[in-house]
Parts: sequence; C-alpha cells; structure tokens
Amino acid sequence: MESVETQIAEWRAYVANATGVNGRDVDELEDHLRHQIAELSSVGLSDDEAFLVAVKRMGDLDDLSREFAREHSGRLWKQLVLSGDAEPARAATGWVEALAFAAAAAIVIQIARVTAGFPDEEPTWFERNLGLFVLPFLAGYFARRRQLDLRHWALTAVPFALAALLVNLYPYDADSDTEILVSLALPVALWFVVAYPYMGGTVRFHERRMDFVRFTGEWFIYYVLIALGGGVLMGLTGAILEPAGIDVDRVAEWVLPSGAAGAVIVAAWLVESKQRVVENMAPVLTMLFTPLFAVMLVCSAVVYAVTGPGAAFDRELLSVFDALLVVVLALVLYGMSAREPSTTPQWMDGIQLVAVVGALLLDLMVLGEMIARIGDLGFTPNRTAALGLNLVLLVNLVGAAWLSARFLRRRTTFHRLERWQTTYLPVFALFAAVVVVVFPPLFGFS
Amino acid sequence: MRIDKDLVAASATPLVLAILAEGESYGYAILKRVRTLSGGELEWTDGMLYPLLHRLRRLGYVTTDWRSSPEGRRRKYYVITEEGRGALADQLRQWSAVTRALNDVWRGSGGMLAAAGEA
Repeated sequence: MESVETQIAEWRAYVANATGVNGRDVDELEDHLRHQIAELSSVGLSDDEAFLVAVKRMGDLDDLSREFAREHSGRLWKQLVLSGDAEPARAATGWVEALAFAAAAAIVIQIARVTAGFPDEEPTWFERNLGLFVLPFLAGYFARRRQLDLRHWALTAVPFALAALLVNLYPYDADSDTEILVSLALPVALWFVVAYPYMGGTVRFHERRMDFVRFTGEWFIYYVLIALGGGVLMGLTGAILEPAGIDVDRVAEWVLPSGAAGAVIVAAWLVESKQRVVENMAPVLTMLFTPLFAVMLVCSAVVYAVTGPGAAFDRELLSVFDALLVVVLALVLYGMSAREPSTTPQWMDGIQLVAVVGALLLDLMVLGEMIARIGDLGFTPNRTAALGLNLVLLVNLVGAAWLSARFLRRRTTFHRLERWQTTYLPVFALFAAVVVVVFPPLFGFS
Repeated sequence: MRIDKDLVAASATPLVLAILAEGESYGYAILKRVRTLSGGELEWTDGMLYPLLHRLRRLGYVTTDWRSSPEGRRRKYYVITEEGRGALADQLRQWSAVTRALNDVWRGSGGMLAAAGEA
C-alpha cells in the first residue's frame, strides 16, 4: 500500500500538469488537501480514506483547471478557447485548415496582382484593397477555428462586405490624398474586425480583448521572423539561379505577394499552436526594448524641449513621430498583456511609466506644431488625420500615465490600468473606421 | 436541503469578503468558516474557492502574503483591502434589498410560509 505522502506527491504532479494552474497554485491547493486529510484522520478515517475523501472534495480537476484558466487567461490564452462551457479546447494541430486559408489568400492576392499588372503598373485600387485581399481569410480562419455558428459568420462577414463596397464605390480624384489615407487605415480597421471572430464572436469581455492584444504582438513577431526567413530564401535562390540565366526579379514578383499574404495566416496559426516558443521570447523582447525606448524617448523629448521644435518639424518628421508613438504604445500595450496582473508594482512598471511620459511629452510637442500648421495652412486630409491620430494617442497616454503613476504608488490595481487600455481599444478601431468611411466624402474625395 | 448552484455561486464573493473582513485568513480556514456559518448547507467544491480568491486579488479586493504555517508548510494568507471593504458594503446593500423584497412578498402570501414550515 502506498503511503499517503506518495499519493499526495502523485496528486501534486497530476494537478501541476493541468492548464492554467501554476506551481504556486499547487502549493496552495496542497496545503488545503493536507489540512483536509489531517482533519478527516482526526475523526477516525484511515490515511487512505482521508486522502480519497479530500481529493474528492477538491472537485473535478477539469472543472478546476477551467476555472483557473478563466481567471488566469493570460497564462494559457494559448490552447483554451474560453467559449462555451464544457467545450474541449481544440487540438492545436489544425495545420491543414491554416494552410487551406493561407493558400486561398495567396491565390486571391495573385489574381488581383495579375489583374492589376503590379508592379509594372500600380493602379490605386490594388493598394486600396490590399487588406481586403488577405484579412477576410484570417477572419475566416478564426471563425472556423472557434467553431462560430452561422449568425456569427454572417456578422464577421458584414464589415468586410461593407468595407469592400465603400472603398470601391467612392469616386476618388486622381492622386487623391484621401485614397492614400484609406489604404493606410483600412488594414488597421479590418484588423479590429478580425478581433471579433478571434474572441469567439463577442467583444464584450476585457480579458479576451487583452488576449487579442497579446495575439497581435506575437503575430507580429512571428510575421517578422517569417519575413526574415523568406528574405534569406529569396536572396539565396537569386544568387544560385541568376547565373543560370533565370530572371529572379520576375520570380520574386510571383512569389513575394503570395508569400506575404499566406504568411499572415501561417503566423496566426503559429501563434495559436506554437505559443510556448514565443511565450518565452516575447516578454524578453519587451523587457529589452521598453527601457531602450524609454531612454530614447526621454532624450528626444529633452532635445526638442531645449532646441525648440520650430523648423525641425517638417511634414516627414511628423509622420516619423507618429510612427514612433504608435510603436511605443504597442510596446506598452504588449508588455502589459504579457504581465502577470496580480503582482505588485515592479521596476519594469516604473520604466514603462517613463516611456509613457516621454511619449506624452513628444506627443504634446507634435500636437502643438500640428495645430500651428493647421492654423497657418488650414485643414487638409493628411493634417486632419495626423491631428486626429495624435489626439487619440494623447488621451490614451494621459490616461495610461495617470493610472500607472497611481499603480506605482499603490493607489490602484493593475487591473484598472489594463481596463483602461482594453476599454480604449475600440477608439482606435473607430478612428481607423472614420478615416475610411468619413474622410473621403468630408474632403470631397480630393 | 440543497441550495441551488447559481445561488451558491452568487453568494460566494460576499461571503468570502465578509469572512475576510473578520480578519485575515487562508483557504482551508475560509472554507471551514463557510461550512460553519451555513450549518453545512452551502456546499462548495473545495478547489473552486481558489480561482475565486485569485479573482478577488486581481480586482484588488484582497492582498496576499505567503507565510509559514505552524506545521512548517508555506501558506498563503488573504487580507481584505479598503477596496474590498467597499465592494463588500456594496454587496451588502444589494443583498439586503433582495432579502427585504423576498421577505415582504413571502410575508404577504401566508400559504408559502406554512408550506416552508411543514417542510
């Protein structure tokens, strides 16, 4: 007969394997189990009996694991799709599915490219519709993976259909600025549409919104890795085949668009199934780059505060600044999603606050410059879009800075900070949608 | 008598907060207190207490502290925060309103009370 200690050790190992439960949780549960065994033994049960009753009282491990998973979705956002009740998580090996959607996206973009005659010709409709060639397949992939019903499939499809109609029915002028803005904003807006099937056909739950932020970060890392690998492959192929008299540029014309489109879905599949790799890498990357960006932001803010922005801010620099602010926000947001929410403030949180404050100062300067420019030269589509983006970022950064400061002084919980960002996400989506839908008619399609 | 599952779930948060408002405690002791308070009628699955406690912590209603137990094991103690007390007060108001309404309506229908008395 096994001693009760061996039994407890086995139980422990078994519980530790459950999804969503980490080592500390097991310690806590074990303490509970031992308590219960001691008490049952003291009323006359044998050790074995006491162990069995105590384990039984602890409850079904699957239920327990699911409850833990619900609470700590950050720990295992990977396998578990927390929709439905007893629905088992789908096996992570849906590569055939992923490949089918990737191939579909690759084919569609190829057809569009050939029709457009890209890159010899660059018709604007091709660039304007880029997001529509690829992202519906990503949405479809998630809708299928999450086993959405017909109603949710329809709800996923509606925004894509509307966007397709709108983007192609608007009568843009030649060399239209609003058209360029649309081609920039549409992929962003559609990315938020993908969030809907990703979250299992609901947008209400803040935890799932955070999961989507996390997904976006990991997806980006995988996409960059695939792009790097693809670049090396293309380069080597070129070096080998060029001497044989094959025009490598022609080959690249065919391979590159399809590869780039397919990689969007393949990267998503990798995030869904092979997270453990990125899971170790991504927090390290944010740990590494958040301090570097913080230093860089503070230095730039000081430099511009001393020299005065004035002449230095030309149009190009302004868009560089906007890009920088978006990157910082992405970094902060992603760092937040990778963090264990229940721990107390740590030095990383302080550094994040420095980064946010640095970004805030820069944003204020850019904003001042932009308002001056608009005051002098009036509203154009580009200036209005840039102003809007800066305002959207400013509000987000002010809120984030205020809440992180309070969090560091232990006046509030990390949960609040997270809530602020997840509540704010629709604002970004809305802004992108406004640029796509409202801007062209507002500025007479110029 | 078996208390309905939904009712057990709904009362879990105020109950745990109220027990912690009496003083800091740890998982097993909280569960024992629940059993004593309800005369054994509130049946919880032991394990489910922990995800609940973790949720309260994430919401900032409780703080935690790992300490050694008298038996020398490491044990996690939960302490209620000001925010937790606020949440508890809020829950108290909600539950009072519900019980008041139920009491009023049940006092009106005498037949129901008789039925409950027989049972």
